[in-house]
Amino acid sequence: MSLHLNNPRPHRIGSLNLIDLKRIQRQGSLSVAEARIRNMLKFVSAIIFEALANPLLYLVSVGIGIGALVDQNLGEAGLGGVSYLTFIAPALLATTAITGAMDEVVFPCMDGFRWQKTFYAMNSTPLTPRQIASGVFLSAMTRTVFAVTCYWVLLYLFGALDSPRSWLAIPTAILAGAGFGALMLGFASFIENEDLFMTIINRMIVMPMFLFSGTFYPLSNMPIYIQPIGWISPLWHATELGRFLTYDYPISLTMAILHVSVMLVLLVVGLLWAFKNFERRLEK
Amino acid sequence: MSQASSPSLGGVKSLGTPGEALIRAKGLVKRYGDFEAVAGIDFEVRRGESFGFLGPNGAGKSSTMRIIAATSKRSGGEIEILGKDPDKSGPEIRAHLGVVPQSDNLDTQISVEENLYVYGRYFGLSRPFIRKKIDELLEFAQLEEKRKTKVEALSGGMKRRLTIARSLISEPEILMLDEPTTGLDPQARHILWDRLFRLKELGVTLLITTHYMDEAEQLCDRLIVMDKGKIMAEASPADLIRQFSTKEVLEVRFGSERNQSLADQLTTLCQRIEVLPDRILLYADDGESVLEKVYSAGLHPLTSLVRRSSLEDVFLRLTGRSLVD
Repeated sequence: MSLHLNNPRPHRIGSLNLIDLKRIQRQGSLSVAEARIRNMLKFVSAIIFEALANPLLYLVSVGIGIGALVDQNLGEAGLGGVSYLTFIAPALLATTAITGAMDEVVFPCMDGFRWQKTFYAMNSTPLTPRQIASGVFLSAMTRTVFAVTCYWVLLYLFGALDSPRSWLAIPTAILAGAGFGALMLGFASFIENEDLFMTIINRMIVMPMFLFSGTFYPLSNMPIYIQPIGWISPLWHATELGRFLTYDYPISLTMAILHVSVMLVLLVVGLLWAFKNFERRLEK
Repeated sequence: MSQASSPSLGGVKSLGTPGEALIRAKGLVKRYGDFEAVAGIDFEVRRGESFGFLGPNGAGKSSTMRIIAATSKRSGGEIEILGKDPDKSGPEIRAHLGVVPQSDNLDTQISVEENLYVYGRYFGLSRPFIRKKIDELLEFAQLEEKRKTKVEALSGGMKRRLTIARSLISEPEILMLDEPTTGLDPQARHILWDRLFRLKELGVTLLITTHYMDEAEQLCDRLIVMDKGKIMAEASPADLIRQFSTKEVLEVRFGSERNQSLADQLTTLCQRIEVLPDRILLYADDGESVLEKVYSAGLHPLTSLVRRSSLEDVFLRLTGRSLVD
């Protein structure tokens, strides 16, 4: 058996000075993200397919199919002067960001804490619970960035983007994904026992958010007591901003700042909550 | 084995003299809500030794291991690992440890090789170093042919070997194994013990918890016997047997109804007697001669067995219960 021990290197600690603790403190979450991405790559064909096929399906069926009906009837007057396709494009972009982030956050939490307990394996190394949470979040963001970019290119090819600023809708959509993803990371790491609960969350939070955030129709079409669902939804904020960026939909500077702030707040609050949950569960 | 000496960093001792205390615990307590899993224990683990925690399920062994591994925060008492307090220096301590948990927490969706790779990266090891270690570790674990296999497809014994190999990627000074062979078939157990022996030969300090007395006897230089969160005894396996048991044991069966009543008759024939539900244990230094006395007394057991005393007997003596319940 050839298991042998190496020569030491002077500035490192740990077993025979192999380990650079400062480097781990700086970059530890990247190693977690790499492990998650390797897992994701096992399903890469599904991810690519979803990044491309999903947008196509929506663009054709809803954007063009329903769009034909809308444009023929109330048409541009009801939508502020643009085609239905242009109207829904930024909303679908933000939705892609959000669902992509959510997938890569919720499932790894269930897996890492309960099914395979891989987070506990990570925690027995010099990594900290915060780094593990950050790594999962970062890997979710890689999927978000990929999916949003693919979708944006498709929107461009479909002619759904009307403004030279429209590429900025990519970062705003990603920010929406980051905000909601962080919140979901907090949630998924908080729930200790109920897989069922996550399914319910899907039905009671994600679905209403998707339907009442001004995605398929202007939020103002809804009675005023339903509109608050949209106001607290990161999807609505990203959609409003996205519309401004892709076809000059008018919003005030105050509102623009508000939209960005809400998503940033969700991001920060979500991550801090996630950190607390990861620390609590891994240090029991 | 060649050990290079190098300066410690940040007060953490990296290499030193064999026999020095690497882990010191005093009055260690761990509570989960109202339940006290570890109820105030003291122990010391020295460099190069193979140290065991022996006890039944629920004795507090795993809780103690998690505190030593600097992942679980203690509820009370003092502990020092490599000169550092785990509450303050968790990552630094963990950099010196290799951990083999009770249930494997491998990443089953990726390959054997990738599992070793990502774990090495958690330690911040360089990619070329990891690649070299992977070759060594696959050979050590006898998993060379399974290099690219998804972990999902491995048998239980192979997964365990992989978990142990994984824990070695950072060349840890202290290797901690929590119930390493539970759930494995006899052949897998022996392969594993063999691997652990080789590590011992290399001078790695081993910390093992087990409820198998044969494992404790085979692998451990020194043991702590734990029950209900407390330490019952501490010594080498041989010394424990010498102290708490006799050299030999005669096991006799008379049929479950007669066991208890005959016990009174047999007490005078041996040093100590223990009545179990299905048999009677007669402790003496010479089991055969006791058996002769039993026959001379006109008693004819249904079955009889003379065997060497074991840690199971020690545990029985200390707690009145058997190790495996």
